[in-house]
Amino acid sequence: MINTAVSIKNVKKTYGEVEALHNINVDVSEGELFGFIGPDGAGKTSLFRILVTLLLPTEGAASIFDMDVVKDFKKLRRILGYMPGRFSLYQDLTVEENLNFFATTFGTTIKENYYLIESIYKQIEPFKKRRAGALSGGMKQKLALSCALIHKPRLLVLDEPTTGVDAVSRSEFWDMLGNLKKMGITVVVSTPYMDEAGLCDRVALIQKGRLLSVDTPQNIMNGYDEDLWAVRSKNIYKLIEDLRQLEEVSSAFPFGEYVHVSTPPDRINQKMIENLLEKKGHDTVEVKKIGATIEDCFMKLMKN
Amino acid sequence: MAGENGYIVDVKELTKKFGNFIANDRLTFNVSPGEIFGFLGANGAGKTTAIKILCGLSSPTSGEATIAGYNVYRETEKIKQNIGYMSQQFSLYEDLTVYENFRFYGGIYGLSRKVIRKRTEELLHELNMEKVKNRVIHSLPLGWKQKLAFSVAIIHQPKLIFLDEPTSGVDPITRRQFWEMIYKTAQDGITVFITTHYMDEAEYCGRVSIMAEGKIKAIGSPNDLKSQYDAHNMNDLFIKLVRN
Repeated sequence: MINTAVSIKNVKKTYGEVEALHNINVDVSEGELFGFIGPDGAGKTSLFRILVTLLLPTEGAASIFDMDVVKDFKKLRRILGYMPGRFSLYQDLTVEENLNFFATTFGTTIKENYYLIESIYKQIEPFKKRRAGALSGGMKQKLALSCALIHKPRLLVLDEPTTGVDAVSRSEFWDMLGNLKKMGITVVVSTPYMDEAGLCDRVALIQKGRLLSVDTPQNIMNGYDEDLWAVRSKNIYKLIEDLRQLEEVSSAFPFGEYVHVSTPPDRINQKMIENLLEKKGHDTVEVKKIGATIEDCFMKLMKN
Repeated sequence: MAGENGYIVDVKELTKKFGNFIANDRLTFNVSPGEIFGFLGANGAGKTTAIKILCGLSSPTSGEATIAGYNVYRETEKIKQNIGYMSQQFSLYEDLTVYENFRFYGGIYGLSRKVIRKRTEELLHELNMEKVKNRVIHSLPLGWKQKLAFSVAIIHQPKLIFLDEPTSGVDPITRRQFWEMIYKTAQDGITVFITTHYMDEAEYCGRVSIMAEGKIKAIGSPNDLKSQYDAHNMNDLFIKLVRN
């Protein structure tokens, strides 16, 4: 039997007139790597702050390993690791002093749980006498993760750890999360990068305080309910305009070097799209049927 | 207007050192008027240092660079008048209205009240946002703010606009609408110099450069670079170039 790590029931959060979270319901199982995927302003940070007992929900309830985030906040804080979106370590303490501070606060030592952070901390250990404020972005991120882990939390909550981080460091960071999962730590992470959804066991797509979908990335992609085509021609911007004028087309959006074109199921085939575009003066047209990415699904759900 | 040899950005052997640390190591590249140029690189690769020099905010240690024909050592004030700049971190004054922001930035660039009014109308009309003219910025959704910040950055009709991670964090539809604005701007003749961590956006650039450890590792059109390095897509290319 798999235990529930996080249970969120009808959680609502309002700030004055603004409704940041609208009736959120999600369960995360123990040992899962669970992602909240959505843009800025979706409500990810509000939800995470509620989970880590730093913010009260306006309505509803949330519990972590059966402990209530409001009533049992003191007990919960001992088993939670939290890495906020903004760098929140002590800038004027050194790398080592920061880590030691967090270990001591939780009544443990660096030595005791070193095995958990070893692969991450090793990369910044040569700079352990440097003040945290003087570290590069990537190093700060590794230190923050080490500090969030040093008390061996059962649940690790990471708020946009990869925002503004380059593609190489992002992929390294996800490798680290995969390793933590293997060590049995439940990980809840948020990101605005849709392509990172595929690295999670399950994801919740979130937009304007509402969940659009909660499932495995594969199920979400399989659930795309229209035909999808990748189309390419020389003049990509004329191509988009022309595609949007076709009555068979529900949407046309650039995706890298292709345009993704969504059409109602079985309404049109490859040859027909090619012919329609050739009539509009596109000569070297390439059309292929494709499966949806998470970003295609997100955009479709946003419009509904 | 471009420099002597027709380039709006013309950089030769540009080097910037901080003590012993070489942040920019002999950068050489150029950008033609109306191009969309993607300035990509790893964190800490030296992009921000280079952009500060190109905007006239910092002086190089050695090497040459001109922006719109103006020298980055001696003519920094001229450079500032001829460029626009937008970043995700600093964009608009949250407690001013949309119009007050346009008026403020227009004033900074020395535009007359009449011109500011006319440009604001044009730009808001293009965004289809005339209705929000008197709304306070903080009451608007992020995607709208991003588009407004972009318009404010071109109120003085610069020759070149620097966009520093302009789409960071916005939703996928707004991100694409933003790129449509970029395309339109480039077609109107404004050169676009952009940084991004979204590798699909690298495909939308006419040419890109990829920096790592202070050096430009590769430069060219996305298609040429992908075939040259045998990469499936820009993400793949980026990882190949930055890891090695």
